[in-house]
Amino acid sequence: MRMKYVLSEVLVGLWRNVTMSIAMIITMTVSLFLLGFGGLLYQKVGDMKDLYYEHVEVSIFLKTDVNDQQRNDLKAKLDSDPLIKGVTYVDKQQAYERFQKMYADAPDLVNAVKPDQLPESFRLTLNNPEQYKNIYDEYKASEGVDEIVDQSKLLDKVFGVLTGIQNITLFISVVMAAAALLLVANTIQVAAYSKRREVAVMKLVGASNWFIQAPFVLEAVVAGLIGAILALGWLVAGKVLLGSGSMAALQGLITPVSWSEIFLMFPLIAGVAALVTAATAWVTLHFYLRV
Amino acid sequence: MTKTYPKASRPSLDNVSVSIEKGEFVFFIGPSGSGKSTIIKLLLHEVHPNKGRVVVNGKDVTSMRSWKRPHFRRSIGCVFQDFRLLPNRTAYENVAFALEVIGKTKAVARRVVPEVLELVGLGGKEHRYPHELSGGEQQRVAVARAFVNRPLILLADEPTGNLDPDTSIEIMRLLDRINRTGTTVVMVTHDSNIVNQMRRRVVEIESGRIVRDQARGVYG
Repeated sequence: MRMKYVLSEVLVGLWRNVTMSIAMIITMTVSLFLLGFGGLLYQKVGDMKDLYYEHVEVSIFLKTDVNDQQRNDLKAKLDSDPLIKGVTYVDKQQAYERFQKMYADAPDLVNAVKPDQLPESFRLTLNNPEQYKNIYDEYKASEGVDEIVDQSKLLDKVFGVLTGIQNITLFISVVMAAAALLLVANTIQVAAYSKRREVAVMKLVGASNWFIQAPFVLEAVVAGLIGAILALGWLVAGKVLLGSGSMAALQGLITPVSWSEIFLMFPLIAGVAALVTAATAWVTLHFYLRV
Repeated sequence: MTKTYPKASRPSLDNVSVSIEKGEFVFFIGPSGSGKSTIIKLLLHEVHPNKGRVVVNGKDVTSMRSWKRPHFRRSIGCVFQDFRLLPNRTAYENVAFALEVIGKTKAVARRVVPEVLELVGLGGKEHRYPHELSGGEQQRVAVARAFVNRPLILLADEPTGNLDPDTSIEIMRLLDRINRTGTTVVMVTHDSNIVNQMRRRVVEIESGRIVRDQARGVYG
């Protein structure tokens, strides 16, 4: 009977102040959606770092006038370097083939370049991509070396942008959450005011504190959970749109988000929603009802 | 025992010491602002004394933690001048509410509530809303709500303040009947007629001090 009482109070409470409830749910949804989006992005950036950095290469381009002696010395030194996992030699002809493939869209450019004009290179994969600097210092001065290019430099920029997006997302999420929580506090105050007679009688006859507070706290938590469910819906819709619509082009760049990853976000956002709304409601009641 | 409210220039109750036996019927009288309502608040653990102790039902509640207050209040019934009924509930529901919010089942309420409504003389009016009842009848509902949980103590803060003399007498008869069941009744009032008719113990307070404590006393 008490559970039934509490639940019916929750529904009546949400309905009594329905415009405020909707505002509360919308802000909560946006905030939680951004939180979920930020969380997924965080995971994706982690996945992508693993994926890309594993394949990242450091290229040592050789001078066009390099001689066999210099090339062999360098090769031997690279082969014995403990920082380096693998070494591939790319001669002028292979470099030209790569070039042709890379610029297949621009035949004029391909025709203008002769294999002889492209530099030979060693392509290195590192045991730890972050040790690029050591490689650079070690081989920069070696004879016959023209230039050392680290692909991870480029990746750093890409990931810098992604991390920026992630931070902005989380920042907006927090701001929206603050707005949502103020709405929760306000809704609770309105609810407590409209039930002040009941609350006064309950306190007078000795109803326990949790019994007085539960309907209000649950009202906020239910609104928070509805917001979490809607936010999950938005994430699902986001995946559907990203998979089929105009955003499909992005898919090649970003590793795909699986359904399970999206649904695993739900416990996170629902948990955050429930905990934070409950805490806000409880604190509000503590000051407002003095129970 | 002394109680000073913050911002007050003098204590609301100054070195007051009263002992009320189980089953007694006591009037606290005195002019407005004399501190008599503070006694009710102290007994309800709503305010705390600055000095001294408050002992209720053999328990020192002076330093009682606030989370224990709800359970403590279940042993005290309360009636006020303004009835404090819930306007959107019938007489029956108002009384049943007091039981349900302390965890009693609906079955218990169905058994106990008609009984207590009968006791206060509202048999047949269970399903009226407060606005369909007279002032005296509303106060009877309030008394029924205060008494339904069979408290050891009934506190009444000017229960007849909003009622005409005849109705007041009826309410007093009701409180007297409740007192005869063994319930201690503590009533704050400045209704001299009632005090004079009842001839019970009278404690008079003036400016926070007890000026008279008389068994079978009168007002004035």
